[in-house]
Amino acid sequence: MNQRRPYRSFVSYIDRSREYYAAQGYSQPYTWAHHDDAPLTPLKKPLSECRVGLVTTAGKMDAEAEGQGRRKIRELYAVAANPAPRRMFTADLFWDKGATHTDDVDSFLPLNRLAEYAAGSRIESVSSRFYGVPTDYSQGRTSLRDAPQILEWCREDGVDAMFLSAL
Amino acid sequence: MSLVARHLEQNGVPTVVLGSARDIVEECGVARFVFTDFPLGNPCGKPWDTKMQRSIVGTALDLLERAWMPRTTVQTPFRWSNDEWRDAFMRVDDSNREALARAGEERRRQQAEAKKGDRYRNGKS
Repeated sequence: MNQRRPYRSFVSYIDRSREYYAAQGYSQPYTWAHHDDAPLTPLKKPLSECRVGLVTTAGKMDAEAEGQGRRKIRELYAVAANPAPRRMFTADLFWDKGATHTDDVDSFLPLNRLAEYAAGSRIESVSSRFYGVPTDYSQGRTSLRDAPQILEWCREDGVDAMFLSAL
Repeated sequence: MSLVARHLEQNGVPTVVLGSARDIVEECGVARFVFTDFPLGNPCGKPWDTKMQRSIVGTALDLLERAWMPRTTVQTPFRWSNDEWRDAFMRVDDSNREALARAGEERRRQQAEAKKGDRYRNGKS
């Protein structure tokens, strides 16, 4: 439907979160990562010959998370992708709990959908493991600790291309 | 998440980010981004809608093949069932301004208490 609007349609989470935390008395706003350039690596072979991996910000659903509704630490992990987990721990992450839910894991961790594309030969395979990276207030920890570990797992598992799904 | 994608790209691994926080991903700058204009939580399609999820994942696969420049964003054609979430999420207005200020005070008080407890346990009080 054609419309005219005096504002942009999509939500600015940078603006919204800054104003929300300022209203709570936090005067020093979070400074988000900004780059003027971005690297791009083309596929090295046809997609039908590629093994595709998947990175998520969601946590594993372990006994503690299940029982107490929280987890002690947000950890980096690599776990088996087949069978795909039926539940993931998302309660402590920043998403719209008023508007939606995360009961269907494929709505944010589409391992089953990727497996269907592998079955249809659109891709060669799905990596045997998927990877969890905690959202971290510290960009230094993400860049210097988490990202190199994900790269190492990616190489161990022969991943040719990576999906990253941010909750 | 975008920082991880950039690191993989810098080290020879092609990536595609799927997300709903357009400004955060685009400010950071990634190679390929599939944006779905949904409330945060379901960047790969509505819960239980396998057809939509397959379409979004397919779009990401297409983008892996076809993007020839970094910072390529593709917006999927899907819409949430209503637009109420756009204003409701993290809303600040006269109805909750005082409650938010009180919640912030309380949180800082708890954090200060926890810190004092740590110092006591570590023998630094």
